[in-house]
Amino acid sequence: MQAVPGLEDQDTQWIDVGSLKDIPSLGARVVKSAKGDIAIFRTADDEVFALRDRCPHRGGPLSQGIVHGKRVACPMHDWKIHLDSGEAVAPDEGCTTRFPVRLEGDRILLSLIPNKKCTHK
Amino acid sequence: MKEKLILVGNGMAGVRTLEEVLKLAPDHYDITVYGEEPYGNYNRIMLSHLLAGEKTVDDIIINDEQWYSDNGINLHKGKAITKIDRRNRKVVCADGSSDSYERLLLATGSQPFMIPVPGNDLPGVIGFRDIHDVNSMLEAAKKKKHAVIIGGGLLGLEAANGLMQQGMSVTVVHLLDTLMERQLDASAATMLKRSLEERGLHFLMAAETEAIIGDQHVEKVRFKDGTEIYADLVVMAVGIRPNISLAQTAGIHCERGIVVSDTLQTYDPRIYAVGECVQHRGLTYGLVAPLFEMSRVCANHLAHLGIRRYEGSVTSTKLKVTGIDLFSAGNFEGDENTEELVFRDEAQGIYRKLVVRDNRIQGAVMYGDTIDGSWYFDLLRDETDISDFRKTILFGQGHLGDSGHGDDNRVAAMSDSAEICGCNGVSKGDIVKAINEKKLFTLDDVRAHTKASSSCGSCTGLVESLLALTVGGDYSVAPHLKPLCACTDYSHDDIRGAIAKNELKSVRKVLDFLEWKTPDGCGKCRPALNYYLVCAWPGEYKDDYQSRFINERVHANIQKDGSYSIVPRIWGGDTTPAQLKSLAQIAEKYEVPTVHITGGQRIDLLGIAKSVLPAIWGDLSKAGFVSGHAYGKAVRTVKTCVGSDWCRFGTQNSTKMGIDLEKLTWGSWTPHKFKLAVSGCPRNCAEATIKDFGVVAVDSGWELHVGGNGGVKVRATDFLCHVDSAEAVLEYCAAFLQLYRERAHYLERTAPWIERVGLSFIKDEMVDNAEGRQTLAQRFYASQKFAQVDPWAERAEGLDKHEFTPLKKVG
Repeated sequence: MQAVPGLEDQDTQWIDVGSLKDIPSLGARVVKSAKGDIAIFRTADDEVFALRDRCPHRGGPLSQGIVHGKRVACPMHDWKIHLDSGEAVAPDEGCTTRFPVRLEGDRILLSLIPNKKCTHK
Repeated sequence: MKEKLILVGNGMAGVRTLEEVLKLAPDHYDITVYGEEPYGNYNRIMLSHLLAGEKTVDDIIINDEQWYSDNGINLHKGKAITKIDRRNRKVVCADGSSDSYERLLLATGSQPFMIPVPGNDLPGVIGFRDIHDVNSMLEAAKKKKHAVIIGGGLLGLEAANGLMQQGMSVTVVHLLDTLMERQLDASAATMLKRSLEERGLHFLMAAETEAIIGDQHVEKVRFKDGTEIYADLVVMAVGIRPNISLAQTAGIHCERGIVVSDTLQTYDPRIYAVGECVQHRGLTYGLVAPLFEMSRVCANHLAHLGIRRYEGSVTSTKLKVTGIDLFSAGNFEGDENTEELVFRDEAQGIYRKLVVRDNRIQGAVMYGDTIDGSWYFDLLRDETDISDFRKTILFGQGHLGDSGHGDDNRVAAMSDSAEICGCNGVSKGDIVKAINEKKLFTLDDVRAHTKASSSCGSCTGLVESLLALTVGGDYSVAPHLKPLCACTDYSHDDIRGAIAKNELKSVRKVLDFLEWKTPDGCGKCRPALNYYLVCAWPGEYKDDYQSRFINERVHANIQKDGSYSIVPRIWGGDTTPAQLKSLAQIAEKYEVPTVHITGGQRIDLLGIAKSVLPAIWGDLSKAGFVSGHAYGKAVRTVKTCVGSDWCRFGTQNSTKMGIDLEKLTWGSWTPHKFKLAVSGCPRNCAEATIKDFGVVAVDSGWELHVGGNGGVKVRATDFLCHVDSAEAVLEYCAAFLQLYRERAHYLERTAPWIERVGLSFIKDEMVDNAEGRQTLAQRFYASQKFAQVDPWAERAEGLDKHEFTPLKKVG
């Protein structure tokens, strides 16, 4: 089990969104929510991360990008986004909202209350 | 416990090595730097600009003190090391203090050679080496009138120009009768001298200095022939000598410089040396590009990676005198075995000379217009066979790929608002500003910070020129063999070689075997590796879809709103009413927002939600359509005309040929997209001469053309050969495709590939060599057995379902 550094506390409402094996290694899947799409990423060593499925650059769907290390390359214009912070990899500047997500066994638990709102667009 | 690394010499080569070490092994060393000068690391190349008043000291500082503290480096400025105690692994400073090391890096640079004549130590006689020298010159320029520069080489002329800008009357004294004899031939030197004279410099050629005369301060310079000239300032610029005394007294083997191996180690393996102080394979270097190459190799070994070797450098030179464009590289004088290609236009002040042996460039001299210098230099270093374009080579690379601007626009003359990168909307001003403010040195830096030339890449030449213009000539030169990406030091060819030789059959195996620097590569290298594996092991390799770009992963083209477009294959562009009806029905059923006829004679359905793709593919499949691969680095379309079936000019059945070619080649993955066309006569209505493989029917058979493309940088095909039969067209096509698949770098289209390897190479491999051609074609047919499976039908039946459905819907 692995916790995402963040602000979640005991009141966090965790939603079971699926099993780890539903997401390909070095891949992503989308959770559709009333607040918009949330991309769930799986890294090579089976960590999971959740980001709003919008690149801070021009809104490209990050879930469709290539995952490498703890980063994803946006399919639109190849911005790289840090999965753990939602920040664009320098020298690009911008950030995308991230959501608390954790594994319990192989179940993926997601919270819809963002970890951090981005001040950027 | 970190190992302790001490750098002696706080200059460009040494600090660059540290930067590379920090990139490779950020936590390995506890680093201490000793520098004699009271500054951080600055760009010595820019001293000429500092002297000319075009830059300030702050402008030329590369690493300020903040940088040292940010990286946890102890910096001792203004502190000279006087002794190395190798037995106890300690360095000793002038003030008696000492410091111990596990690894020592010497980058002590060089000093100006002061010619041994009486008076060479008088006040007012200086070299041109550091900020202190520049300050002395600027000081002199304020009060004094006459400057004499001894030495008409690169450095001397830059000093002369700077002092002239500062208002002094400057005479350049040169021992020989032509300037810059180490960089220029007589013709270019004459043009240079004339142009400098027009600017107000005086020259004394073939003049040997006998003495420098003065009482308290320099007053005159006397020559062997007895003449004397007034001098308030004498700048010695006859050459540099490596600073080896520190190493020498420590008993490290030195000749002209500190002798180092290919790993930049001295005879004491704990002690490394880089920069102007070293002698490698008998040569010393004074230009920045070789120093940076040494830095990369040295850092690699300091970081315990141990996979690189420094094998010497071919250097090129530009004169940093604003307004004078001059370039030279390699063996520009030639010898009895070389030929010269010369272009000279006295009126416009343009001169270009290429020295060629066996159709390979050995050296180049350019004066007046040097924009193609980097191209010639690439051809030189790559030993490219130029026979295919020898006739036009002197006119340059044709165009720099700046389709919006035309050939004759010199970057220097462009306004700041001129758009350089049309893809990302980056202007000249943006790029220059980024280079200056962020202290960028390389093309990759500029790409990262500005995005210029990072998309289609066609403005790369312009960006490189801007880089050269802004930071000085020798900076922009990319490494000879470019690594695939920042995740590795290996080049495309290294990697392909390793895959074949070591039977690596998965992306993970390649990453592990070649010791990738990142855990699982990046968006640039993984698709390349996946392609190389697909190509190397047809049928055996399990395609890694997570290493494919989204379009290839889901077999459709992502659009700006996140929807997709799909292009069903219509063989040879030949359709029927029934086929069109079924397409129309499917488009209506799925309410496809836009239906568009493409440039490749196909029908594009745009605006389809990802989740709908498998369903629409199912219907298309039932109607007999397969994927058109319009989304992939793959064989795209075969465009045709109606040919001899209908056209009164048609000489052969081009439509059938197109269909046959498409049936043969569809489904094949290629390094970049690959387009074909067949025209039924030389009127060429199918535009076959801007395709990767174009066929033009003639009365006697078929003409085959290769290496064309439309797009940003239009390139017409090269004529490959004429064949008699339809069967031969198919065999040649298969062979060409396979050669391209096996030899081109990933993301290299046929046009740049052919320019890189030469048309002669292609002809040798598959036109003149019938057996080679057949073998290539056989390998292509074999791999097609596994490639020609319709990916749409598979997905309509449920393959990769996870790609098309959300993980969950919540809230």
